[in-house]
Amino acid sequence: MILHGFLPALLEGALVTLGLGLSSLLLACLLGLAGALGKLSRSRTARAIAQVYTTLIRGVPDLILLLLIFYGGQLAVNSLSEALGSANDVEIDPWTAGVLTIGFIFGAYMTEVFRGAFLAVPPGQREAGLAFGMSPWLVLRRITLPQMLRHALPGLSNNWLVLIKSTAIVSVIGLSDLMTRGQQAAGTTREPFSFYLAVALIYLMLTSVSEMLFGQLRRRLET
Amino acid sequence: MNWALIQENLPRYFHGALLTLELLVISLLIGLILAVPLAILRARTGWASRTIWLYTYVFRGTPMLVQLFLIYYGLAQFDAVRESAAWPLFSSAWFCACLSFILNTTAYTTEIFAGAIRALPQGEMEAARAMGMGPLVMLRRIVLPAALRRALPAYSNEAIFMLHGTSLASMVTLMDLTGVARVFNADNYLPFEAFITAAVFYFALTLCLVGLFNRAEARWLKPMLSP
Repeated sequence: MILHGFLPALLEGALVTLGLGLSSLLLACLLGLAGALGKLSRSRTARAIAQVYTTLIRGVPDLILLLLIFYGGQLAVNSLSEALGSANDVEIDPWTAGVLTIGFIFGAYMTEVFRGAFLAVPPGQREAGLAFGMSPWLVLRRITLPQMLRHALPGLSNNWLVLIKSTAIVSVIGLSDLMTRGQQAAGTTREPFSFYLAVALIYLMLTSVSEMLFGQLRRRLET
Repeated sequence: MNWALIQENLPRYFHGALLTLELLVISLLIGLILAVPLAILRARTGWASRTIWLYTYVFRGTPMLVQLFLIYYGLAQFDAVRESAAWPLFSSAWFCACLSFILNTTAYTTEIFAGAIRALPQGEMEAARAMGMGPLVMLRRIVLPAALRRALPAYSNEAIFMLHGTSLASMVTLMDLTGVARVFNADNYLPFEAFITAAVFYFALTLCLVGLFNRAEARWLKPMLSP
């Protein structure tokens, strides 16, 4: 029997990993857009907040941030519900903590990606839109954003490849992702090497397929 | 914030920081030594380059945590390893952490250096050849100095990634900065105190690394780029 019948469990874990990765990527893109607009904004406060966000996040390991958000967030939510007079404790589930942490971390990296991409759009484009009588918001939506995304693609694909591998650390807070499933199977069968090797190969497949898809997308946008 | 308890535990954090630094310096140093010859081979064509590509592809395409577990927990599956003379090494978490960090950073560094070698301006090589330099002299005097300097910005990113990557050592029972913070939290259930203290240490270490690499770039890279 292949992997003592644990293959379906591993593949299920891979789906969890993929879902977690995609949800985090979505959050990271939203935060990254906000961060990039903040960094390029005229408001000094917005620039300062964005600068502190990217500097702090990039100076601390993801594992520390994950543990801080999981355990610290739990404590904060508990004392908040206590203060509101609620008797039952609210649990932060590992999924939420995982998405929040990974999304929050990669939001900082995506801020830099989007900032560079915004700057790569010729300023004349924006000015033409404004001269045409569009509101700044409409110019952003119809002109700057669509053109910026093309420049952001290489950075986005790089960050996605790092992100999907980073999700392996959520096993430490008990989310049953690919890594956790591998650990469980390794413990039950006492064949850690076979299972960690299988886990590694599944991760390699995820990154290889991602790289292929991004390559195709890039070629399509170039022509 | 329970400042008294943080202060009481500061010596433990300093010990943890020392282990973090030790893991970082060992893996970066050995990784650097291994990556230079590998990058030279990788930048050419042929079977050696393809073999090295396979190694860097696998190690860059999988999480470092899996690599660490594969070495530390995985190798114990084989009786041949457990009965061999090397078992004292492979049963030590410290050794396995170093080994997996070295293998991982070597893969990334090799690709960074190989990319820099491939991107060297052809004119520099032609000039060296025209001067009558042999391949080895050219490598030592032209290719390596120029490529390693140009690789500095990308390499400094890799070094910072490795600093943060060493936090995985806590997953195999080592008491590095993260390990100390996790024990502090488990003993006192003070997550903010435990992890923010560790974060401050990591942040300070990151700033030191950034400063160090900025100075290295100012000394070796800037003079080469300015006309």
